[in-house]
Amino acid sequence: MNRIHLSKLSLALLAALPLAGQAAGVSDGVVKVGVLTDMTGAYSDLAGPGSVAAAQMAAEDFGGKVLGKPIVVISADHQNKPDVASNVARRWFDEEQVDVVADLVSSSTALAVMPVAAAKKRITLLSGPGSDPITGDRCTPYNVHYTYDTYSMAHGTGSAVVQQGGKSWFFITADYVFGRTLEEDTASVVRAAGGKVLGAVRAPFPTADFSSYLLQAQSSGAQIVGLANAGADTVNSIKQAHEFGLTPKQSLAGLLVFISDIHSLGLEAAQGLYLTTAFYWDRDDESRKWSQRFYARTKKMPTMVHAGVYSEVMHYLQAVKAAGTDDADAVMKKMRETPVNDFFAKNARIGPDGLLRHDMYLARVKAPKDSKKPWDYYQILKTIPPDQAFPPLSASKCPLVKK
Amino acid sequence: MTVRARAVLGYGLLVGIGLAAPFLVYPVFAMNVLCLALFASAFNLLLGYAGLLSFGHAAFLGAAAYAAGYVTREWGLPTEAGLLAGVAVGAGLGLGFGALAIRRSGIYFAMITLGFAQLVYFLAIEIPWTGGEDGFQGIPRGKLLGVLNLDRPLVMYYFVYAIFLAAFWLIQRTIASPFGHVLRAIRENEPRALSLGYEVSRYKLTAFVLSAALSGLAGALRAFVNQFAALPDLYWHTSGNVVLMTLLGGMGTVTGPSVGALLVGVLENYLAGLGSWVTVITGTVFVLCVLSFRRGIVGEVRALVKRSF
Repeated sequence: MNRIHLSKLSLALLAALPLAGQAAGVSDGVVKVGVLTDMTGAYSDLAGPGSVAAAQMAAEDFGGKVLGKPIVVISADHQNKPDVASNVARRWFDEEQVDVVADLVSSSTALAVMPVAAAKKRITLLSGPGSDPITGDRCTPYNVHYTYDTYSMAHGTGSAVVQQGGKSWFFITADYVFGRTLEEDTASVVRAAGGKVLGAVRAPFPTADFSSYLLQAQSSGAQIVGLANAGADTVNSIKQAHEFGLTPKQSLAGLLVFISDIHSLGLEAAQGLYLTTAFYWDRDDESRKWSQRFYARTKKMPTMVHAGVYSEVMHYLQAVKAAGTDDADAVMKKMRETPVNDFFAKNARIGPDGLLRHDMYLARVKAPKDSKKPWDYYQILKTIPPDQAFPPLSASKCPLVKK
Repeated sequence: MTVRARAVLGYGLLVGIGLAAPFLVYPVFAMNVLCLALFASAFNLLLGYAGLLSFGHAAFLGAAAYAAGYVTREWGLPTEAGLLAGVAVGAGLGLGFGALAIRRSGIYFAMITLGFAQLVYFLAIEIPWTGGEDGFQGIPRGKLLGVLNLDRPLVMYYFVYAIFLAAFWLIQRTIASPFGHVLRAIRENEPRALSLGYEVSRYKLTAFVLSAALSGLAGALRAFVNQFAALPDLYWHTSGNVVLMTLLGGMGTVTGPSVGALLVGVLENYLAGLGSWVTVITGTVFVLCVLSFRRGIVGEVRALVKRSF
């Protein structure tokens, strides 16, 4: 009895399903941006609530409406778990009319959501993750990788530091795929630029005590100690390098450092560190103006991930307006056709692999005495043009790139 | 109402809810909950009936997921082979870990299993084909028996549901069998079971391997549902989560772990919009449950029913 009743119910529900179809123009009368990010975990400082605020700022600055339909920003915490991320994304696409997912910090969540979005023809705008397969063999036609990738971090810092005179290198590497890729990439760039790699040491991931690795780096006598690690590992190694007196005799080069890391480390410990960044708030008038507004809202200066989220959401909304629809194919076409021109990037274009190639900046962390105001942390040494910062299309492993 | 009629009614209701679930909630979410429910039930077989607290069950879940993904994506084998590979890897690891871990008991047993699980976690970070923290992505769902297309959510859901019911029935049978009774005897008083002539360590090992194999099944199934295997599956958080699910739902009850898995799944997925509050709420719920109803949700309901009828 029970079962018969239920199967009738299921049939009725099944019949009701096809009603949820798609219309032309703006589907469902709303353009919905879903910010899927790490709200509480290791990346919540560099992305997290700041990314949500950035997306909201973009929606407000656009006027809250596109093509006469409201823009809605929603957010969720993926807890850095790929299963949670892909579940939330599926629910967003199927039940909450989300048109575009932004940020997706941490590569595993991004790589989990990308195929889901592509299958449902929705767009992903990545700002937080950096892994190369995103625009390599795992690329999708509905994805934009906006802010940085590991290649740009390795190549930016590697070649630029050698040009600045840092000829001999030693690496402290987090012993897993990400760290090893970062080390190998950087080492090859250093050699190509005429530098020397004196050695490397692999630290298990994660490590709290870097003393033995730092001692090896110290005794190698290298001018530059490259930190091929991320997050807490980077913060711990920088802090301990300072305590060991490694710096300032040797200089550290962080291969994935965000301004939020520097803020929590303090300038005393971080001074002299070389790093590559896609955005620095105090670089020019435009970036200052936007960052002050971001600061007024969040009481923090933006990381490059935050700036990337604002810029990518803005670029998306402009493309929706220009295309006259929120249909993913049409919007992607417009986004590729139109160069990005704002406080974040100048004349930057999205390639067929989904990567936005834009200027990156080599920066050095200031000494405490040179820092004149709060958040005055970086001295920008050099602008790295897109063709040096990002991988050439000819070498792309992405099947969408026609050669 | 007789005990039997009550049980039939109860199970009938649960089966009915399961059948209707994909129309009421999101199918992929429902599948994930089923996988976690299977995982928690397998864990409960060990904790609730043999009294062994393993803190390394994530290893079986995660390793099986990677194995299932590997044989289907890299070797192009069918989905069924992927599930078998998952079960085999779960059972194999269970045999290896179990043979060493059951020599100790209590906290030492838990620490040994945790140690082994962390070993597997670091292996997954190190081995190149796992993709490190990117995870093992793009696992094909394939076709069931070469005919039914599992890429369709409803087909996949009922496939997962059928496997869940079969595994659940197996667990239920195991608990009700003489073997299950011996396990309970060991849990209650190990020296006594030994003195009655039971080879305690062999019973424990069998339970451990069975639990690990079923966890492997859950992991392999989950790999096909989500179409990826990733590091968090292997992390000790997952081992902790399954303890949480089992305790919330009711340790040593047949349906308890599934209820716990549902609760934790709902908290994790539907509250994701609340950001940092998820962890706070999960923690509060756990503390409240452990403090106010120690038998877990199902345990309390059962006690209530027993008192009122």
